[in-house]
Amino acid sequence: MKPRTMFEKIWERHVIEQQEGKPAILYIDLHLIHEVTSPQAFEGLRMAGRKVRRPDLTIATMDHNVPTTDRRLPITDPIAKKQMETLAKNCEEFGIPLFDLHHERQGIVHVIGPELGLTVPGKTIVCGDSHTSTHGAFGALAFGIGTSEVEHVLATQCLQQLKPKTMRVHFRGNLPPGVTAKDAILALIAEIGTDGATGHVIEYTGETIRNMSMEERMTVCNMSIEAGARAGMIAPDETTFSYLRGRPFAPSGEAFERAVEEWKQLCTDEGAVFDSYVEIDAGKIAPQVTWGTSPGMGTDITQCVPDPASFATETEQKAARLALEYMGLTPGVPISEIKIDRVFIGSCTNSRIEDLRAAARVVKGYKVAPHVHAMVVPGSQLVKQQAEAEGLDKIFTQAGFEWREAGCSMCLAMNPDTLKPGERCASTSNRNFEGRQGRGGRTHLVSPTMAAAAAIAGHFVDVREWKYRDQEDGIYATT
Amino acid sequence: MQPLKQHRGIVAPLDRANVDTDAIIPKQFLKRIERSGFGRFLFYDWRFDENGNPDPSFVLNQPEYQNSSILLTRKNFGCGSSREHAPWALNDFGIRVVIAPSFADIFYNNCFKNGMLPVKLSEEQVETLFERARKQTGYQLTVDLEEQRVYDDSGLSYSFAIDSYRRYCLLEGLDDIGITLQSEAKIAAYERNLPAFYSAKL
Repeated sequence: MKPRTMFEKIWERHVIEQQEGKPAILYIDLHLIHEVTSPQAFEGLRMAGRKVRRPDLTIATMDHNVPTTDRRLPITDPIAKKQMETLAKNCEEFGIPLFDLHHERQGIVHVIGPELGLTVPGKTIVCGDSHTSTHGAFGALAFGIGTSEVEHVLATQCLQQLKPKTMRVHFRGNLPPGVTAKDAILALIAEIGTDGATGHVIEYTGETIRNMSMEERMTVCNMSIEAGARAGMIAPDETTFSYLRGRPFAPSGEAFERAVEEWKQLCTDEGAVFDSYVEIDAGKIAPQVTWGTSPGMGTDITQCVPDPASFATETEQKAARLALEYMGLTPGVPISEIKIDRVFIGSCTNSRIEDLRAAARVVKGYKVAPHVHAMVVPGSQLVKQQAEAEGLDKIFTQAGFEWREAGCSMCLAMNPDTLKPGERCASTSNRNFEGRQGRGGRTHLVSPTMAAAAAIAGHFVDVREWKYRDQEDGIYATT
Repeated sequence: MQPLKQHRGIVAPLDRANVDTDAIIPKQFLKRIERSGFGRFLFYDWRFDENGNPDPSFVLNQPEYQNSSILLTRKNFGCGSSREHAPWALNDFGIRVVIAPSFADIFYNNCFKNGMLPVKLSEEQVETLFERARKQTGYQLTVDLEEQRVYDDSGLSYSFAIDSYRRYCLLEGLDDIGITLQSEAKIAAYERNLPAFYSAKL
């Protein structure tokens, strides 16, 4: 039999029907929904007199526009409130399980799927959200869809899909100490561009990836969309299986072991061919900071703001000029001299327990710079509880960070957490588009440790040289 | 869905690469639960200042583009968020066709679900169209999906490629949920083999 990629194995298993010259009808095993991209889909169902085919394969949460302040207080934004109420009403009408604002498992859709064990290898997973690529970290085929397709999946549990191409991104060697999964994916995007993987499903391979925890793998897959990819995937291994063991919706006991045997078969066969190949030397990656208004406009902390004239094409030069104008930056200024006003640690990219642990370790024993307003928004209520059990919340609040309730928060600033015009933010989120975190706001994408260090220093610093104060005996160590 | 066979209209040139869906429709307008009425929020942060006053330098605010229905732009249009509010906003404003060298996948797909046609032309062809649109006020193009051709009144004519099934659905204005439901028996057969633990009950 012809060697196949992991993507091809999962794809072929889920094709219900494939007629010549038509898209495949692909079965969807898990449909995640949230308040923002679903109301018009439910309305469409009602207008056509259709039902939700598989409410038991559908899970809803509220995350995009939820307030992250005290949940006992009323929601002040009437339009956001109505959207959340609409989701609750729709879930009730169609029998869909919902993790609402007050549920102990509420959280960002791409954080709760994995932590509940809903995300497992081999599943097809969709959500009306481009960062659905996150779930590919488990060896699932997961991608974002528009609202019309949300309606399609609700009605049929299937999607019509043209088969995407495949790309292998191989990270050779290991990341140096102090360099994180976020830096790896930002470096890739800076290398291949925000349309470098358009039309492709990426499989990430290499020693770097194998040595990553599930949280780190999720960070990598999460930002696949920022390289233009349809999805990102990582082959499941022992790291994946031990993460899933005992999760509420994962199989248990003997059924789990049987599932593991099947999941192992998903890996790309020796000799399988991809449509394109990219190779990155992980050992050469340094902590990344974006300087522009597209995730591909990034460089490392040792560099300077680039000169637009240094770009190859006229289109790129113009894009860089507009970006620097918006960002209020001058070419030639060292990245480490850029002062910041705000720090946001959160989002589906970097709000999991490991992210918070890493950031807390940097923060411990320090105070946030006086001119900086910093906040931590855990990805889910379970992450929040875990962090509090470990005392991380105290480390953050003693340093001067705000400690919030779970949600998407200032990643897209649909809720009250926004930047003011001109404010500059070190953010662990995924997009630095104009106005993304608030009109006129200036976003620099960084890892959680880089964001934490910037909060303390008041400007970007090379976290590889950080003097940690987390030792009880007062010994300061770097990295 | 409204079929789209041929469309003639004024071309609005938006000379930017990587226009993301946050720029097309900023997040503060995503809280609405309707599908319509997003046109007045299209490109909001570029079209209007902090006080909501139109910025006269932005292309869609200029009188000659008030009734434009074809948007001409640069590569990777529609990148970022999956929000279908982006094509909804363009459509509601009156844009039926977007011409660019390349599009982000989800946006591209979302256009077809709303009876809109994204047309991919080469960088050079797009550059030529920009030049003509800049020189000639009220420059118009005709986009013929049946012939897969874009042409103007002075002899310019470009053919474009498009997936044949997408073309067919747009020409006919087909409801693709109805098409998928024709495979009901196969879907049901597939479902009988789904692992039991996939079914999530709280």
